[in-house]
Amino acid sequence: MTDAQASMEAPGEADRPQMKVSDEVAIQIEKMNKWFGSFHVLRDIDLTVYRGERIVICGPSGSGKSTLIRCINALEEHQKGRVVVDGTALSSDIKNIDTIRSEVGMVFQHFNLFPHLTILENCTLAPLWVRKIPKREAEETAMHFLEKVKIPEQAHKYPGQLSGGQQQRVAIARSLCMRPRIMLFDEPTSALDPEMIKEVLDTMIALAEEGMTMLVVTHEMGFARQVANRVIFMDAGQIVEQNEPEEFFNNPQSDRTKLFLSQILGH
Amino acid sequence: MSEVHAHTVSFVRREMLPEQAPPLTEVGAIKWLRENLFSSWLNAILTILSIFFVYWSLAHVLPWMLGGIWNAESLRDCREIRDARYGEGASVACWAVLTDRWNQLLFGFYPSDAYWRPIGALLVFLAGIAPILFSSLPRKSLWFTAVAPFLMYFLLWGGTIWGPVAVAAGFALGWAVFVAVSRAAGSLAGSIGAIVVPILYWLFLAGPLARTLGEVAPIGLTFVPSDDFGGFMLSFIIGIAAIVLSLPLGIALALGRQSDLLIINKSCVSFIEVIRGVPLIVWLFTASLLLNYFLPPGTNFDLMLRVIIMVTFFSSAYIAEVIRGGLAALPKGQYEAADALGLDYWKAMRLIILPQALKISIPGIVNTFIGLFKDTTLVVFIGLLDPIGLSNAIRATTDWNGIYWELFIFIGVLFFICCFAMGQYSLYLARKLRTDHH
Repeated sequence: MTDAQASMEAPGEADRPQMKVSDEVAIQIEKMNKWFGSFHVLRDIDLTVYRGERIVICGPSGSGKSTLIRCINALEEHQKGRVVVDGTALSSDIKNIDTIRSEVGMVFQHFNLFPHLTILENCTLAPLWVRKIPKREAEETAMHFLEKVKIPEQAHKYPGQLSGGQQQRVAIARSLCMRPRIMLFDEPTSALDPEMIKEVLDTMIALAEEGMTMLVVTHEMGFARQVANRVIFMDAGQIVEQNEPEEFFNNPQSDRTKLFLSQILGH
Repeated sequence: MSEVHAHTVSFVRREMLPEQAPPLTEVGAIKWLRENLFSSWLNAILTILSIFFVYWSLAHVLPWMLGGIWNAESLRDCREIRDARYGEGASVACWAVLTDRWNQLLFGFYPSDAYWRPIGALLVFLAGIAPILFSSLPRKSLWFTAVAPFLMYFLLWGGTIWGPVAVAAGFALGWAVFVAVSRAAGSLAGSIGAIVVPILYWLFLAGPLARTLGEVAPIGLTFVPSDDFGGFMLSFIIGIAAIVLSLPLGIALALGRQSDLLIINKSCVSFIEVIRGVPLIVWLFTASLLLNYFLPPGTNFDLMLRVIIMVTFFSSAYIAEVIRGGLAALPKGQYEAADALGLDYWKAMRLIILPQALKISIPGIVNTFIGLFKDTTLVVFIGLLDPIGLSNAIRATTDWNGIYWELFIFIGVLFFICCFAMGQYSLYLARKLRTDHH
């Protein structure tokens, strides 16, 4: 019962103007519902993301956090509700979806680089074929972002020759080459060795400092504390609690959040 | 000293040991022999038995092959030369059948004054396929690849040059329609237009157009009917045409089988299952006997063309299944990453999915091609004169009645060279496309 109350109160965003970075809405999700078969994975999700916000989404596995961000670029289809990304409402129209996807970058848990292409080709592929940018320009942009993630010297190697951390940084650069206005991160460090997690997080922190709108599904609570201006806790397909990181970690409201935090911070 | 060392725990080495040569049994040829041929008593016995067996076979086969007779008019002639040279009843090959019937084995009954045409077509084929096989060749030469099929058709069958030109123009027309319509009304309308307009053109316009042009400017070669085609030329034409056509068709079927669109999916599945579930020989008989019943009366559809279509369908069903395996082996993340970057379906397939799926499928695809090429010998059953058919015809003549081995060895060797080359190319390609480590 207390949980239900908490989840009723927590998403009330109107009374949290202090969390906004700007007034411009980047993503608007209203009463979104999704089912996998008869399994109700996302229940009445309401979420407004303002331009420049860094949001960390956490929660136990199976709580629907990955599914939530995958609905934003239509990798998963939601069945009920409204999703507006960057002023474009998600519909089943393919053109519409491709437009949104080219504006929203996504970084995956398993990097998903294209193994048959070099690092540089991975980065220039979408700009060349989706944005129709001339090759020279696309390569310059790619090198710019590869320098930004600190691996320009690997440009002519293949993904299979790089370490996990390097591959994930390439994946970030590949997304940035499309000059996205929003970046989604789906557990970007979960498949990495501990010493590689830092290099990827550093890249993400640098990106956040430049004002990129970011939605990050992660269990890296240090990252959340340092970078996020909002932390969302999900359980059983619903947003249970959201707050500024300071408040969220020091003074969690719902019992489930407390339990979750005690489990992941307790060791 | 050593006793002291053995009982104390602390130890300091004062002088380093010099490097020593390994024992004789651990280096070079002796090591190799020991490890591979004489590693145990049983293996030693097997090695000696094998050496004896190889020697025994070669001792019988080599004199037969190398001592063979190359110049004779007939088998009787051959035997007389043999008796004179080696004594009565010696066992030597009579390769003279090959020199005597060389042209026939290669070209069938193709007019002998026009043998340069199939040879030219083969050279055109090699020049056209080279830039596809070896990516280091200049990409500009690909335009020749596009022209090659029409040029080859013209060289082989002859007739007026305007026939192939009019057909080729249909492809150019389709491309033009695709570009124009997809710019105006989207890529789906463009694709439909690019299929419908050329078909209408081929059905109603291409024939009269070629005839008119032929009357205005009669350029051409003597027409050679398909009935005169034979020998290895026939195997090559059917094999190459079916290989070249079945790869794109197989890819299309594999993608169709993966499609979410019910009608496309089901029609691809039924096509694959029906074609694959019936023996090739049945399809060939269908092509030669039954197909004419289904075609409008009066249409005379060239038998060779019918055979090429059937063989193409047959191998494309196998290719589709091989590629489906490659598609299934790709992690789902590759599709998602392509989607997330905003690539549409066709771009994702062309740039991300197919290059990887085809790379995985190379051994299976080449395997299917090798099988297809050898299966072209089945056309002997519907009366086409492929090398096997010709060997039967040659053995039926009074001159060469009673000869077996020489002909079949020759046919086998030629097929082996082609199939072995394909297998080696697939290994080369697999090595070249490896990107995991260098």
